[in-house]
Formats: sequence, structure tokens, C-alpha cells
Amino acid sequence: MTGNGRPMTRYIRHAAAFCALLLLALLVNATRVQLVQARTYDENPANRRHTIARYGQPRGDILVGGRAVTGSRDSGEQFRYERTYKNGPLYAPVTGFASQVYGTSLLEGAADGVLAGTDPALSLLPLWNDLARARDPGGRVVTTLDAAAQQAAYAGLGARRGAVAALEPSTGRILALVSTPSYDPGELSGTGSAVAGAWARLNGAADKPMLNRAVRQTYPPGSTFKVVTAAAALDSGVVRDLDAPTDSPDPYRLPGSSARLTNEVEGCADASLRYAFQWSCNTVFAGLGVEAGRDAMRTTAAGFGFNDRKLGIPFRVSPSTFDTRVDKAQLALSSIGQYNTRATPLQMAMVAAAVANYGSVRTPHLVERTTTDDGDTVSATGQHTLGRAMNPSTAVRLRELMTDVVEKGTGTNAAIPGATVGGKSGTAQHGVHNSGTPYAWFISWAQDDDSMEPAVAVAVVVEDAAADRGDISGGGDAAPIARAVMEAVLDR
Amino acid sequence: MLSPGTTAQADPPAPVVRLPRRRGIEFTLLVMAVLLSVYGYCGVGLARTGAVPPGAAGYGAGLGVLALLAHLAVRLRAPCADPLLLPIAVLLNGLGLVLIYRLDLETPADRAAPTQLVWSTLGVALFIAVVVLLRDHRVLQRYTYVSVVTALALLVLPIFFPSVNGARIWIRIAGFSIQPGEFAKVMLALFFAGYLAANRNALAYTGRRIWLLQLPTGRVLGPILAVWLLSVGVLVLERDLGTSLLFFGLFVILLYVATGRTGWIAVGLLLAACGAFAVGWLEPHVHSRVEDWLHPFASIEAGLGPNQLAQSLFAFAAGGFLGTGLGAGHSILIGFAVKSDFILATAGEELGLAGLSAIFILYGLLVERGIRAGLALADPFGRLLAVGLASIVALQVFVIAGGVTGLIPLTGMAMPFLAQGGSSVVTNWIIVALLMRLSDSARGRSEEKQQDEEKRLGEEKRLGEEKRPGEGKPQGAGTQQGGEVAP
Repeated sequence: MTGNGRPMTRYIRHAAAFCALLLLALLVNATRVQLVQARTYDENPANRRHTIARYGQPRGDILVGGRAVTGSRDSGEQFRYERTYKNGPLYAPVTGFASQVYGTSLLEGAADGVLAGTDPALSLLPLWNDLARARDPGGRVVTTLDAAAQQAAYAGLGARRGAVAALEPSTGRILALVSTPSYDPGELSGTGSAVAGAWARLNGAADKPMLNRAVRQTYPPGSTFKVVTAAAALDSGVVRDLDAPTDSPDPYRLPGSSARLTNEVEGCADASLRYAFQWSCNTVFAGLGVEAGRDAMRTTAAGFGFNDRKLGIPFRVSPSTFDTRVDKAQLALSSIGQYNTRATPLQMAMVAAAVANYGSVRTPHLVERTTTDDGDTVSATGQHTLGRAMNPSTAVRLRELMTDVVEKGTGTNAAIPGATVGGKSGTAQHGVHNSGTPYAWFISWAQDDDSMEPAVAVAVVVEDAAADRGDISGGGDAAPIARAVMEAVLDR
Repeated sequence: MLSPGTTAQADPPAPVVRLPRRRGIEFTLLVMAVLLSVYGYCGVGLARTGAVPPGAAGYGAGLGVLALLAHLAVRLRAPCADPLLLPIAVLLNGLGLVLIYRLDLETPADRAAPTQLVWSTLGVALFIAVVVLLRDHRVLQRYTYVSVVTALALLVLPIFFPSVNGARIWIRIAGFSIQPGEFAKVMLALFFAGYLAANRNALAYTGRRIWLLQLPTGRVLGPILAVWLLSVGVLVLERDLGTSLLFFGLFVILLYVATGRTGWIAVGLLLAACGAFAVGWLEPHVHSRVEDWLHPFASIEAGLGPNQLAQSLFAFAAGGFLGTGLGAGHSILIGFAVKSDFILATAGEELGLAGLSAIFILYGLLVERGIRAGLALADPFGRLLAVGLASIVALQVFVIAGGVTGLIPLTGMAMPFLAQGGSSVVTNWIIVALLMRLSDSARGRSEEKQQDEEKRLGEEKRLGEEKRPGEGKPQGAGTQQGGEVAP
């Protein structure tokens, strides 16, 4: 009762205080969850909000020659926008895939921040975005590719396994990057069971369609590596006159070994560098490599870009290798592009480009610039010199040698009227006891007769070329593809 | 009723305080509440499709008509009632409808908002019925024991129906799911209030004279303990720990308010702690909830993906301070029960800490207004009833809001007014109606009828003892006073 010194109001006030305490506890805890620990919770990998936001808007496009080669499709699912590709297999070695399930690869991966709209450089006021929870529309990635060259390379390879890489020698802009067989990255967009099926099928396929052979596969470069050996020989002074006979026995006995190296062609004994280069004499170049020595070979190879583990265009390029811990016999074999010498098609395109560009190697790059969705430039890829492969005078002489190959040697298939074309063919033996079908190589560059600068350098590798013509198969199988690419760039 | 002259001491004539009725304020607040709800409804549509949803006008009109009818009923029959209670209820109910409508957009196959609107209408109808038909809350004290029997019946009923999602708290009749436990809350509050109002002195005195449990105490406390044990037992059988916790809290609060004896509370808390500990360890359903609370991300570490509590925490965290905006969050990831038990996560994510705090404060105001009515009332039954009803809201909000924000182990319970659930909405409207009636009584009803009561109220505050019981109409309060002439 209210009487008896027992005022109920007091107890009611206590009860009210208790309720207030509960309210306070709720407010404090809400602050803890929503402000203090919010970041931890937001960044928990099991929290799907980031992924949902990421796919909540159309992904920015990748442009080739001013036209988008990608698109976005509204799926209406939780991960709303799915990537589409306008000519998927053609550009797959450039774009890679952007899958809701399997992540991103190649340019889709390397430029993901811009494409997804998360790159802070896309917005004028990044802080405002945080406050308003706005997300910039996906930016665009403008590539350096030449659509015609890409198309020509892809058509040229056709159903054969192989790869093409083409560069602009004076800038390092990548004009074509093709790998066959290819795949449609659009198959990996989305979340359905079809995506999982496509992923399993593509990864399990024997001919590895998802392997980017142009930058992620290294091949023995075979005779095309003789360009590097010739550069080393000329730079180091082992050869001073292109037409002077070299001291080269035929067959060539590998130093410290009883194994003998032979040639596919006649007249290589003591041949001049010009003749040896034109007809690809193994014996001469094996000897020149040994004569120039391990250090000179290593320096020159590194100058071209071999053994560079950091190259990215912007996505990673598998390092091409020239083994430096070799004895003389191994050095002899390495100098003709065998033993542990391996190169990506892109690396061999850089070799051709270095010759065409008078010895200077420009950093290859695939992205011209990135822009916001309405075209304002976010960043532009500067042109840098990766290194100097040889003296300019050596380059001039090598240009001469390579031009000879196309005019009257193993590379006549690459000749283009009205342009100076230099090339070098190659056939690389591989497999146990060289039992595999040889790889056919052709590297070349072309300069329009009206132009001051070389327009294009290209490397072609065909894995399963018909091998009945021996060393000249590079000229037979790969050179026409190289010519088609060069013609496309020269606009013929 | 007593007139001023009948009191022993000649007090200065209690000033007849003519409290402003403030119905105009209530109307203004109601308009704002309806407009806010419509604004939220439009906001959802604008965020999702860029257009005002086609049903906005209808929704606004519907809510507005409901609010207007309730307001008119209050004007007619409870003109002195607290002007905040009804607008808060309308706002929370409207906001709940917006949140459910917003979540319906994610689950087009399972629309809950229309059903919720029907239940809200029923709730308002019952609110009006209570306000109109119940002219004096003291009438209810007559039904103390009827209440407890009804409450127990309601609690036992779902045991005969199949369990849903691990809890036997639903009964299904003709396609409708009803949670009788929701209605039992009001019944139990009535019982506790009525019983404690009648017996509080006995409880208090025995407690004071002999410190620990004694026979007389047992005699008086027996029935209430028995009821409590029974209800808790039923709830453990039904695996509805939240309601069990709520009943216990209600019991302890009312016992304390009635007697002022902290000793009882200590004993009660000790018993409850033992019980909770035992249930927490022995009952697998409850045990897993405790584990989830202690380690909300254990399932993620085990590679099973986030559980509901983790998803709920993610949702709250995603809201930050200002929220994502209505319609722009992803609380649907919580999955099951996102519209009912976890509705607060949607509010937290889309309205942010700011909005969530506003909602908490609305509940706080609702509770405070209820308790204030209790403070102003004269009769112990009314006081206890007001405090009990307010405590139900407070405890319920705490149990479920604390559960989904990881403050306490999660127990399934409906957020008053916000959450999907017909029984809950209807019950809460009844609670608000009762609080309206109580506050109307507290602030004095129409002066010609209640003038004398106001005076008595003023005296009681000052004096605390009245000599003449039962002079007026036979009333609950009167009978009680009869038992206390002793000193």
C-alpha cells in the first residue's frame, strides 16, 4: 500500500531506471556493432555485400580500336550484372574472363578496379562516395590492340594450336595478342551450373583453351634465337664483317662432348654470318655463341628481355629464360634456341622489335589508357624503354640480315611489296629425343617504305605445324601468318 | 469515491488541476507519423525502381484512416489520455509495414505486407474496442483469476499442434497462424497486477519480519510461484525461451514494484540463473543459441557459411551511421525470419545507427509513457498493470533487439509493431489501448465524472492512508484498502 512508508512510486521509478538501463545497453551495443566493429564485419569474407555491390552495376568496357569488345547483361540475380563478350574467343587472350564464381583473369583482373568502379582515381570526390554510399560507374580500359591485326592473326592460326604477338617497335604498344585454340570467356560469366560445367570442361580440355600461349607459355625459340646470338656476336666483336667467313666446322662438335651438331642446309662450313643467318646454319651460331662467351650471351639476352621476372603488360608475362649456368656444350645449344632457352611469343616479338627499333627495347604494354565511363582519362600508360639490347650499329646490320632472310632466304613468304620486311624463321625441336612435332616459329618486322619508323614487329608460333620441311617450316607455316598481321598493321 | 472532506487530516483543498488534454498535439503527431510512414514507403519505391510505388496513396490513406479512427475513439472516450502513445504506435506500425513491404520486394512469391496490414487493421479495431468498451480499468481486477486460467490455456494450447521451426508456439486454424503466447502476455500481466495488488502487503510484511523463506510467505507466494513455474515449464516444453524470459522478467519487476523487497528478486534471479544454466546446457536447441551468441562466426570458420546471427551482424554493420537507405540494403541475406525476428536488422542496415536509435528511443518513450501513467495512477492495480504492460514492451524489445545485435543469446520473439506476425501486432495494439485507458484515468477523465478521483489522487500522494474504504462504487481499489486499516 502506498501507506506504511512504502511508496510504490519509488519502486516504479526503480523499474523505470531498469528499463532505461536496458535501453542504454541496446544503444551502446548498436553503436558497437554499427560503428566500432562495422569494418571488421564488413570485411569478413563471408559477407557477400561487397560482391553484390561489385556486380550491382554494369562493368566497364574494354575497348579495341574505339569499340567495346565487352558488355554487361542484367541477369536479375543477386549478382546482377554479368559480363558479356562481343567476340570472346578472338579477344580472350587479352580480356581474360570476369566470372562471378571464378574471379577475374588477364586484363579483367589487372584493371579490375577501374572496370568495377572501385578505383579511387575514378571519382573526383572519393570521400563523398563514402558518405553517400555511391559507387562510380565502371571505367573503361582502352587497349593498344589493332583490331585488324588481331583478326588477321586469329584467322591465320585458324584451327591450329599456336600464338601470335605483335608490337609497335617504337612504342611497345601491343597490336595483337592471339592464342589458339581459344574459348569464349562469356561462358564463365554468371553463377549457374552451366558456368561450373564450362569451367570444368575448359580446364580439363587436352588442348588447354584457357592457356594464353602468347604470354603464359614458353617455347624453345629454335632458330629465331639466332637473332640474339648474332647480336651478341656483333656487339662483342666476334664478328666484324657480315660477309667474312667464320671459323665454323660442319658438322660442329660440341665442346667437351662427342655429340655433333649438323645442319639442314648445305654450305654452312665456314659460312659468313650473312649466309649463316639467311639459311639458318646451326653449326655457325653454336660456334658464335661459344666464341662470344656466356657473359656476352647473357647480357645480350637480358637486354632483349630474357630472364625478366617482373614484366607485366599489365598482367603478368611468364619469364622467358636463357640459362646462364651452362657449360660450353650447353651454351652452344642454348645459342641456337635449344637446351634451356625458352621464350614466350611476346618475348620473340620484342626481339624482332628491338632489331627494328635500332636496338632499343620498349616496354610492351596493352593498355593505352583508362578512362571514366564518360571518357575522361584516369591514367595513361607512359612509354618506357625497357633496355638496350644492342648497339645501334649492330641493329642496323641485323636489320640487313633479317631483310635478306625475307628477300632471299627462309622467309620469302613474309615479303610485302612496298615495305621493308625483316624476318627470321625457326623450328624448335622438343619432346623426348626431339620426338614431338616441331614448333614452327617466325619473327619479323615491317617498315613502310614511306615511313621513318618500323610499324610492326610480330612473332608467330605454330605448335602443330606440318613438319616435313624441316627448318624452313617456320617460313612455310608461320611466315604467312606474320605477313597477314603485318599487312593488317600496314593497312594493305 | 471519496470526497476531500472525508479524509482525516484537513489538507489544503487539492487544486483541481485541469490538465490540458492535448488531443490536438496527438492529432498533429499522428499526421506526422502517417506522413513519415508514407515517406518511407515512397523511399523504398524510389530506391528500387526510381518511381513512387503505385500503392503509396492507398497505403497512406489506409494508415491515415486507421490512425484517424483510433484518434476519434480516443477523443470520445479517453480524452485525457497521453498524447504520445497513439502516434508512437502508429509510427512503429507504419514503419513495420514499410520494412515488410521492402522485404517483400526480395521475395515476390511470399508477400507478407498485405496480411500484416489486415492484422494491423484488426489491431486498431481492437484498440478502438478496448478504448470504447473499457470505461474503467479497475473492472479488470475482477478478472484476475479468469486471466490466469486463460493465459495458461493459451500457453498450453500450441502443445497440441505440430511444432514449427523447432518451437511449438503456433496454432493453425483455417490457414491462419496464431501465437497464443502473445495474448497470454497481456493476460499474465493482468493476473500479476491483480494478484500482487491484492496481496502485496502480505508479501512485503512477511519478507520484512523474517528474512528468508517462511511459511506465511510460501502461502501467499505459493499461487504466484506455481503459475510462474507452470508457465515457464510450458515454455520450456514449447522451446520458446524468449517468452519464458519475458514472463520471468515481468514477474520479477512486478513483484519488486509491489513489495519493494529486493530479497525476493535476489531469490528469483538465483533460481532463474540456475534454471537458465541448466536449460542452456541440457536443451540442445537453447545450447546452440548460446554457442552462436558466444561465437557468431564459428560456422564461417567451419566453412559452413555465415549463420543467421552473423548475417544479422553483417547487416547492422553495413548500415553504419546513416544506413544504406530504404530499399538499398541486403538484409535479405539473413534468409528465414528476416521479416519477423530479424526485422530490426533491416532497419539497422537501411536506416543506420541513427534510424535504429530513433526506433529504440520510440520504444523507450512508449515505455516511459506507460510507466508515467503508472506513477500518476492512484490504485495499486492500475499502477502495477501500467508498469507491467510497459515492462512487457521494454523486455520484449530488449530480448529480441539484444538477440539480433549479439548482446544476449538470440531467442525468437517479435519486435513490437515492427515485426511480421499478426498475433503480436494485435496484442501490442491491445497493450497500447490499455495504457491509453490507464493514462486517461491517471490524467483524469472528463472532469464532471472524475473530479473527485483527481482529488483522491492528490491526497494519496501526500498522505498515503485513507480511513473510509468502499464508500463509492464497489471497486478493486476499494476492497484492497479495506485490508489495510491495521495501523
